[in-house]
Amino acid sequence: MAFVCNWCTYAGADLAGTSRMEYRPNVRIIKLPCTGRIDPLFIIKAFENGADGVLVSGCHPGDCHYTTGNYHARRRWIGFKNLMEFVGIDMRRLHFSWVSASEAIKWVDLINNVTDEIKRLGPFMEYKGLKENRAEQRKG
Amino acid sequence: MPRIGVFVCQCGNNIASTVDTKKVAGEMSKLPGVVFTCDYKFMCSSPGQEMLKQAIKENKLDGVIVSACSPHMHEKTFRKASEAAGLNPYQCEITNIREQCSWVHHDKTRATGTVKSIDLTRMTIERLKRNKPLKKIKIPVRKKALVIGGGIAGIQAALDIAEGGRDVILVEKEPSIGGNMARLSETFPTMDCSQCILTPKMVEAELNERITLYTYSEVEKVDGYIGNFTVQIRRKSKYVDEDRCTGCGECIEKCPFKVESQFELNLTKRKVIYTPFPQSVPNVPVIDAPNCPKIQKDKCGACAIACGPKCIDFKMQDKIVTEEVGAIVVATGYQLMPNERFGEYGYGRIKDVISGMQFERLASSSGPTGGEIRRPSDGKVPQSVVFIQCVGSRDEKKGVSYCSKVCCMYTAKHTMLYSHKVHGGQAYVFYMDIRSGGKRYEEFVRKAIEHDNAMYLRGRVSRVYEKDGRVVVQGADTLSGSQVEIEADMVVLATAIVSREGADTLAQRLGIGYDKDKFYNEYHPKLRPVETVTAGIFLAGTCMGPMDIPESVAQGSAAASKVLALFSADEMAREPITSVVNRATCNACWDCLTACPYSAIERESVKDRQGNIVRWLAKVNEGVCQGCGVCVAACRSKSIDLRGYTDEQVYAAINAF
Repeated sequence: MAFVCNWCTYAGADLAGTSRMEYRPNVRIIKLPCTGRIDPLFIIKAFENGADGVLVSGCHPGDCHYTTGNYHARRRWIGFKNLMEFVGIDMRRLHFSWVSASEAIKWVDLINNVTDEIKRLGPFMEYKGLKENRAEQRKG
Repeated sequence: MPRIGVFVCQCGNNIASTVDTKKVAGEMSKLPGVVFTCDYKFMCSSPGQEMLKQAIKENKLDGVIVSACSPHMHEKTFRKASEAAGLNPYQCEITNIREQCSWVHHDKTRATGTVKSIDLTRMTIERLKRNKPLKKIKIPVRKKALVIGGGIAGIQAALDIAEGGRDVILVEKEPSIGGNMARLSETFPTMDCSQCILTPKMVEAELNERITLYTYSEVEKVDGYIGNFTVQIRRKSKYVDEDRCTGCGECIEKCPFKVESQFELNLTKRKVIYTPFPQSVPNVPVIDAPNCPKIQKDKCGACAIACGPKCIDFKMQDKIVTEEVGAIVVATGYQLMPNERFGEYGYGRIKDVISGMQFERLASSSGPTGGEIRRPSDGKVPQSVVFIQCVGSRDEKKGVSYCSKVCCMYTAKHTMLYSHKVHGGQAYVFYMDIRSGGKRYEEFVRKAIEHDNAMYLRGRVSRVYEKDGRVVVQGADTLSGSQVEIEADMVVLATAIVSREGADTLAQRLGIGYDKDKFYNEYHPKLRPVETVTAGIFLAGTCMGPMDIPESVAQGSAAASKVLALFSADEMAREPITSVVNRATCNACWDCLTACPYSAIERESVKDRQGNIVRWLAKVNEGVCQGCGVCVAACRSKSIDLRGYTDEQVYAAINAF
């Protein structure tokens, strides 16, 4: 699952389409106004719902449509990443990148590389299990 | 239970060749809450839109999904169509199955594209179920503009806004408007005299009833948002009463003290009470307080004695005026990079090494030499002059990475002026490349070379030194592959254009962005060239980067047209994607306030009946909020949410993954 900002990465992904490039079909994009909007819980929820990897991508530092939103995202990301590492998530499942509205090629490469890496790691079951357990508990 | 309609677009074959749209629509119809589905060849066509409207009415839909191209393409189209059918436009959502699906997955069996389209559409449906109808935000607009900077771009903007029937305040830091253009002698490529084309505009700006001139003033503080800015302007004390001064000049005559003239770039001296140049607008002198013995030590006072209308007041203080405006045009211009940084060219050390701007003053008929080219050291007419281009420009190590854009042209102009004024004089130009893009620009440079015999040498200068009263220039001529040494009488450096000192402070005050060179950022370099990311603040001229006079004027007019468009309605409507605070749970930790890049969050106090403050709350100013959502993620008590991208909506989409 990819959380991307509306102004840079979403537009970059659109450009990949307009340029008829091809990339692995495994990504599902969720558009947000800015990477600064991303609550770390979104990422945990994504894993819980069966995502095998999560990608966050926004404007390059200094290019943010909202001036500084991506800096907030980056700062949050650093703290969050440490936390995720601490609870034992393989960091190869989590990716953070800057893709601008003109970097269609970078987007294609990014999706291909991330998909291949996660495919090698196989499905991520631990968190998905959590959700199912909870559902059973609720029934019980 | 919601009543959702799903419309899957085939986009001719653009989507249908890799996505089975019929199957997508069929799968969607199985989902709870979906009461209508269809697929169609071109949803954006008139029949497509009609079908959407019809379906909304017939099936009493309370939400629609169009799975088609990117929302950046047709979101507006479909929201408008939905609104026409009586649906709140924000109950219409787009799923991007073209740019981000059918066009990037070329599987001709259509399996891949279909699966992905089904997933994406399902996620959007779940999100849509949590949408709330939203209304565009209406903001009143105060129809008065502020223009910061009284150079040619600012003057043009102010004149155009005034002509459009709106009041303008023009703020200028110096005692006179006119800016850098007032210093120029002639202008390329037409060789019009700069003052002759500028001063009528300056006077026009002064006489226009709709323009209020604040010279010798600076913007101190800017609050508010588009349509509703409150600006504090410091009117520095001139020590001369502007209203009573007749501009007779007696005071300047009688002042016994002289200091270097900044306007003449230290080529000559001016009095301590002065106007920067004879055609100054307004024609009111100011006292240079740090250099005035009367103000510093209470000695002298000759000017006050000479003044007929008695308008000199040595005790005058700075005044702060507050103005309410609806839009701001920033046109603060440029300055030249200090030449002292280039020791190898001898600036500051050798008197006859001057900057291009100083040459403009020497060539100007109102300049220190009355338009005769005389070198600063001994006043001799130079028989040969070396012009060095790209001093600081295109030089990442010592200067700036960019091209200053106008130097090739003004150097060609200098060589022409020189050869017209000093017959038999020889001009040499050291250049890297000649950049003369522009209407009749290339022809102009060719004329300098072919008609006025300027000697152009392609190469860099390594050293400049003095020898027997002459200036020797050593350099390379890369076209002939030889070293050259020229004994000249004067050297002129085409110094890089850089942003104004303090440009970053002003940008922070205004909340606009700037680049690594402290030039202001436009909203979009191609499509929105005079807007900034802060709504209601516009840009014009060289505060954005090097440009020539025609471009600056065009931008001044462009910014004015944007201001007039904004002022054409009493209220403006904007997208309702803003943050909203849950007043019940906010605990006033102010994390949102520090995170907000727009200062859109305010502190609100809640009072009891006696008027005592019982608690504090965060409050979003909808006029300022741009809807980035940084505050939402920053809030620890989950008390702030973003309309259109609420937590509920995003989680619903994730859960439908």
